Amino acid sequence: MIWVNAVIQGLLLGGLFALFACGLSLLFGVLGIINLAHGDLAVLGAYVAVALLPSVHTNVLWALLFVPPLFAVFGYVSQRTVMGRSMRSGPLTTLLVTFGLSVVIQNALLEGFSADSHSFTLGALTTRSLHPASDISLSWLRMGILVVAVLVLVVVQLFLSRTGIGRQIRALADDDEAAAITGVNTRHVAAIAAAVAFATVALAGLAFGTYAQFSPTSGSNLLIFAFEAVIIGGLGSLWGTLAGGCVLGLAQTIGAQIDPTFGVLAGHLVFLAVLAVRPNGLMPATVEA
Amino acid sequence: MSVPLLSAKGLTVRHGQLTALHGIDLDLAPGEVFAVVGANGAGKSTLLRTLAGLHPPGGRIRLEDVDITGLSPHERVRRGLVMVPEGRRLFRSLSVAENILLGTVCGRRGGWDLDRVLELFPWMRDRRRERVDHLSGGEQQQVAIGRALVANPRVLLLDEISLGLAPVVVRQIYRTLPTLLEGDTSILLVEQDVRQALRAASRFQCLLEGRTTLAGRPGDHTAEEVEAAYFGFAGTATA
Repeated sequence: MIWVNAVIQGLLLGGLFALFACGLSLLFGVLGIINLAHGDLAVLGAYVAVALLPSVHTNVLWALLFVPPLFAVFGYVSQRTVMGRSMRSGPLTTLLVTFGLSVVIQNALLEGFSADSHSFTLGALTTRSLHPASDISLSWLRMGILVVAVLVLVVVQLFLSRTGIGRQIRALADDDEAAAITGVNTRHVAAIAAAVAFATVALAGLAFGTYAQFSPTSGSNLLIFAFEAVIIGGLGSLWGTLAGGCVLGLAQTIGAQIDPTFGVLAGHLVFLAVLAVRPNGLMPATVEA
Repeated sequence: MSVPLLSAKGLTVRHGQLTALHGIDLDLAPGEVFAVVGANGAGKSTLLRTLAGLHPPGGRIRLEDVDITGLSPHERVRRGLVMVPEGRRLFRSLSVAENILLGTVCGRRGGWDLDRVLELFPWMRDRRRERVDHLSGGEQQQVAIGRALVANPRVLLLDEISLGLAPVVVRQIYRTLPTLLEGDTSILLVEQDVRQALRAASRFQCLLEGRTTLAGRPGDHTAEEVEAAYFGFAGTATA
């Protein structure tokens, strides 16, 4: 039963990783941007909630009302200004710009909030769990995060496949020049894709804050996990992102079951193995219906 | 000619050190089929891409007497300047119908819509939900044309629509040109296949290394003159 529990915990952890990786996958799949500030943006989202919620005891669900929308606006404006301009100078410039953004966010958070750790409360939900068998624990919080991750992926997928803007985003991902001469306002559509990606990053940041403690420098680790989930799943593939997150989660929890210090390393080793055997990931695809 | 529908004056395009177009002038009348011919590297596609807004040029471009030189590609589509690019450039993650409908995003209102495109190319009706990478080259070209038509263009820019297609398919596609001209649409087509282009066009312009070497009506010039302009020497074989 201990191993069954490890598998269950791995899948639940995979939900969090998939939520982190969703925005990264979308930005890469549509705009070709490797966003090195991704993890720091998630942490920034959590700190925006810290700053705007009336007290640390306020239920973090209230933050869902304003943090993702704020980040959507932030994503739109960033893409229309800094990132959009850097894209016109080439992929290396974009990489450097997002790296710079990462450094700025970390230092601004250290300046504004110090290096102290924070976490969010969801009331009793934070600690409650189901025990369907001995040695098996199903945390309501972790199940909730997995459900949110799946919902986010379903909504993003429906948005891309069923809406006019979604079709334009997919066209942009396929061929930006052809999209432009077909009549797609490429800058506006790219900014909408960035807005969606940033909103999901903010959501991931809030989820992480309920799951573990965070500090201004937590973003680097989150970026690595998100990257690994995206690459294991397949670059630009939303459902691959969920698969990648679950594989990474499974690797970490099973690794930790073998040896408590081996969990994170096991995840990195699986990531390297996937890169070596299937460099395009388990479900390689561009963003598609 | 009265006020041209599309006019380009002194178009110059540079790619780094290389000048791809040297001060090209071009006028397109309403309802006209105009062909730009030339060998590989003559600057034909660069000319069309510049008109579509993909290259910032020196010189001026006017559509219906309005200066559109500084407009982005989608703003040009909104004004009725629509391109069928070389190599089709369809969106492979979109279905046949989705590819065509994308042309309506910024297009003008008019007689062309998805249903009318399906009438023009009836095979699409049963295959509208298929992904475009399952189609043959000729079918893909027809989807690309359909995608441009639903934008209800005033000027349709056709870039090498015969490239890579079997002659029978090319003839099929060229047979649809009169239908495309309905509603006072003009066509500016770029071709390496000189015979095909000159059969379809009422006027033409030949480019060589980014310069105009010959222009006029197809009947006004002999095959030798066209060939000389095409290759840059006075040849004897038929063009």
